[in-house]
Order: sequence, then structure tokens, then C-alpha cells
Amino acid sequence: MKSMLNIALPKGRLGEKVYAMFEAAGYACPALKEQNRKLIFENEETGVRYFWAKPSDVSIYVERGAADIGVAGKDILLEYSPDVYELLDLDMGKCRMCVAGPADFRDDPARTLRVATKFPNIAKTYYAAQSREIDIIKMNGSIELAPIVGLSDVIVDIVETGKTLKENGLAPLQEIVPISARLIANKARFKFRSEEIRTLTARIDRMMKEGK
Amino acid sequence: MNAPDRTERLSLALRELYQTHGYRQYKVSKFEEYDLYARNRSFLGDERILTFSDTDGRLMALKPDVTLSVIKNTRDDDRLRKVWYNENVYRADRNGYGFREIVQTGLECVGPIDLYAMAEVVMLAAESLAAISPAYVLDLSHLGVLTGVLDDAKADGHTARAVLAAVGEKNLHALRDVCEAFPAETGALLEKLCLLGGSAEEVLPSLLALPLPAAAMDAARELQSLCGVLRAFGSYNVNIDLSVTDDTDYYNGLIFRGFVDGANTGVLSGGRYDHLVNRMGKTGGAIGFAVYLSALELMLYEKPAYDVDTLLVYDREDDPTAVARRVKELTRGGDTVRAQLRGEPAVTYRRRVGMDGREVSE
Repeated sequence: MKSMLNIALPKGRLGEKVYAMFEAAGYACPALKEQNRKLIFENEETGVRYFWAKPSDVSIYVERGAADIGVAGKDILLEYSPDVYELLDLDMGKCRMCVAGPADFRDDPARTLRVATKFPNIAKTYYAAQSREIDIIKMNGSIELAPIVGLSDVIVDIVETGKTLKENGLAPLQEIVPISARLIANKARFKFRSEEIRTLTARIDRMMKEGK
Repeated sequence: MNAPDRTERLSLALRELYQTHGYRQYKVSKFEEYDLYARNRSFLGDERILTFSDTDGRLMALKPDVTLSVIKNTRDDDRLRKVWYNENVYRADRNGYGFREIVQTGLECVGPIDLYAMAEVVMLAAESLAAISPAYVLDLSHLGVLTGVLDDAKADGHTARAVLAAVGEKNLHALRDVCEAFPAETGALLEKLCLLGGSAEEVLPSLLALPLPAAAMDAARELQSLCGVLRAFGSYNVNIDLSVTDDTDYYNGLIFRGFVDGANTGVLSGGRYDHLVNRMGKTGGAIGFAVYLSALELMLYEKPAYDVDTLLVYDREDDPTAVARRVKELTRGGDTVRAQLRGEPAVTYRRRVGMDGREVSE
């Protein structure tokens, strides 16, 4: 029996959109749409096995080869630098990695800038390039709270619409990098399934160019 | 029988392979002066090194790498040295969960390197992979192709690094962004190079047909000649893939990575590193590779069917000398034997016998 192509998808809205794209490209797996608590879905006909993973874990599944390919946000790829191939920009799940803070914030270079973030490596790299000394406060959620209660001066976080920021009297101050979902592949698995992975990449690329 | 497991058999096979081609085993101490690594941090790709103070106060390190020691201890005398090693090295886990001891086997060829020497090392890399699994791929690349194009386009260091990183990820969209700094034809050429991939027979003609600048063309021709010599050794699963890149401060020329089906990361990595040799104040060149046996641990693991061949069960009343005699008798045939008191929790076994030699049930 031919082995399945293992695909890790990020749980949530983005994952569903990505699946719709894969389905349209000929990698359907009807079981996925059933309402149940299963974690793994396969379709012998199309030779694919999908599983849902926490978005920040997709790159781990792919890097360690539990999934041959997967879809992960550029934010995760920048933060964790997994050793994977980044084959395609899927042009969805678009947002921006930003420095945000009180709308009237003025940086005083004389003192260390306190930065709260879920992305310490991205923040470190960004400020190191400006030789700005910072104190990183690694958070796991509700980052917006940090500058409001005085835990930090600014935050480095993903900004989609900016609504949450605005409602809390904050604003994006600088854009660090635009973010979107990327198709990634395990480097070793790519060597042994390169035909399948290349075909899939090409089909999706073509679909995107044709505007679906 | 207590047969060697797959990892041990593989180690033996690799040793024989390297010695057959005249490589001598190289042994190093577990420790090196820290200074050696401090001066070559980025070669290791990791700043974290396990250090301690020696009795005379010198800062020492548990060696994270063998190549640097080989180069350091090689005399600069225009003689070609061929060595292989099987050593434990100490590296920090990539995710920062402490240091690990990992086994590394590899070989180095140091001195005046010619085409034959290069082809021999590549052949030994391919044979090493074949010894692990018949389903292997050796990705071959030449840094000179990309650096040749980048030098010709007068790319600055920052841009060149960005191009190498994008090609290394097969990341076309990032490559296109970086290439905006270049004339359109340079961008198109880099994109074609990034997309190249496949067996050497297929890829080499298309690579040589590209409008490469002189230095890049020389590199492509070197790949071609090398594959020619390699064919005289035999037929190998060699792919050309220019996405194999590495730090150009250390590496130059030929560079390669090996993969086997079943292991989820590369298991072999090597290349030509004249720049490292020169940085360490020596002339001449070097080429070598390392096989990461630790990366194969999961793949090579064979769950033993049982702990012992024979479980000999005796009772408290039995004479210990009689038990000793029975054990001696049973092991004579090559079986593994465990003797234990009746009623003790059992290990897994092929057969279970009593003192009278008859098989007994639980």
C-alpha cells in the first residue's frame, strides 16, 4: 500500500480555509467535515491524511517529520526558525507583526525599553537590528494588558484589524513584518516524496494565481 | 544469542568502509581548550558549550565537534591526511533543554585536495548512507554556483546571506523579494537555480545550459566532473540540490547532505571547508562529513522479542552449586540465561525451564 501524505493543519478558521483550498486542489477528505471528536482524517483515494494541530505546533509536527507538510503562520516560522522548507506563501491569514503601545507613546532611548510579547525572538531580532536595548517580558496571552497596567512600555504582537488595540487605548506604532500562512515541508520527507509534494505545491500555486 | 544490535552493526560497517579506503582512525580526548571553540563559534552554529576549569585554571570544554580538533592537530605540511572518527560530542539541545551526549562518526580528508579525493569522500558518504538504508538520497551542491552569481551581481554581504537563506528554504516568494535589488535577469537566474533539483543525470545538463557567470560555471563544471568520477565507483542515489547551503565563512565549494527514508532529519552532512582551514592559519584544504548516528536512534531501534532466551527457575531448597552448573550448561549453547527464584517477577523469555531441565509454565 502506498503510504499517505501526512498534512498538519492549524486548528480554527484559518485551517478550515486552508482545507477548502486543498480540497479544491484535489486533496479532498470528506471525513474531515463530519462533526466528531476525531483528530485524524484520511482518504485512501486521494492518499492524504490530515490532522488538526494547535497552530503554533504545526511547525513542530513538520520539523520532526510526524507530518510531511503543513501550514503555519510566518510569525511562528520567524519565532521558532524550524528547519523546514517554506514552499509557498498561501496569501491567507494575513496580518502584521507590530510594535504597539499607547497611541501617544514616545520612546526615550535613554532608558531600557520594556517589551511584552509572545514572540521574544522576533522582538529581540527587531530591536537588536536597531541596537536598542530592551527588556523582554515573555507572555502567553492577553498581551494588550501589559502596557495598560504598566507591566511594559510596548508590546510586540500580531495585529489583524487593530480593534482590540483601539478599544484599549493602544495603537500600532511600527510594523515589523507582514504575516501570512505558509506551506512548509519537512526537509527529509521532501527527499522521498518530492513528486507528490511538488505536484501539490504547483496545483495550489496555480489555483492562487487563477484567483480560485 | 546476544547479537549486536543494528546501531552496533552499522558502526562496524562504517569502520570497515572507511578503513578499506585507507582512512585511519582518529582518536581525540573528550576535552579541548575552550579557546578553540570561542574563536570558531559560528562554525559550530551554536554558542552554547559545556565548559569547566582544569586543575591549572585553564578554561576547558567538552568537545562539541571533532572537525575543529582534527584541523588543529593537523600539521601544515602539504601532505594529504585521511582520517575517520567515532566519538561522543556534547551539544546543547536545539530547544534549550540542556546538553546531550551524541555519537558522531565521520571522516576528514585534509591537505592538498584534488578531484579524486573529493569524489572519494562523496562516494564514502553515499556508501555510508547505503549502509544505513537502501532508500537514501545524497543531495549534492556547490556553493560556488550561488556565490558566483552573487559576486557577479555585486551583492553585498547582507543581501547575499538573504539569498542563500531563501534558497536554503526553497522559499521562492522570499527570494523574489530579495531579488528586487538585482537586474531582472539575475533574479530569473537565481530563481531557476533555486528550483533545480533531481538526479544528477537530469539536473547537470540543465544547470550547465544556464547563462552562468564564469565563476559559477566553473563550480557547475566541477560538480559535473565530480559526478563523472563518482560513476566510476558505482551507481549512487545522488541528487543535485542547490538549496543545500552553509556558512560561506567556513565552507566553500562542494557541500552535501544525506537523508534516509525513516529518519526525519538529515543524517549526514559534509562539504569542502578550506575557509575554516585557512582561518585557523593553515594552507591547503579539507573535505569531510559527519554521520549523526544519534539521529538514527529511533529508526534503528529494534525491540527485542524477549529479554532472555531461557529463564531458569529454581527454588529456595535447590543447591546453589546445582543452579550454577545448570546455568553453565545452558549458556554453553550460546543462549542467554537468567536464573531466578520461583515467584520473582518474571522478565520476558523464549522458554522457561525448571531445575530438572523441563519446560515449565507460569
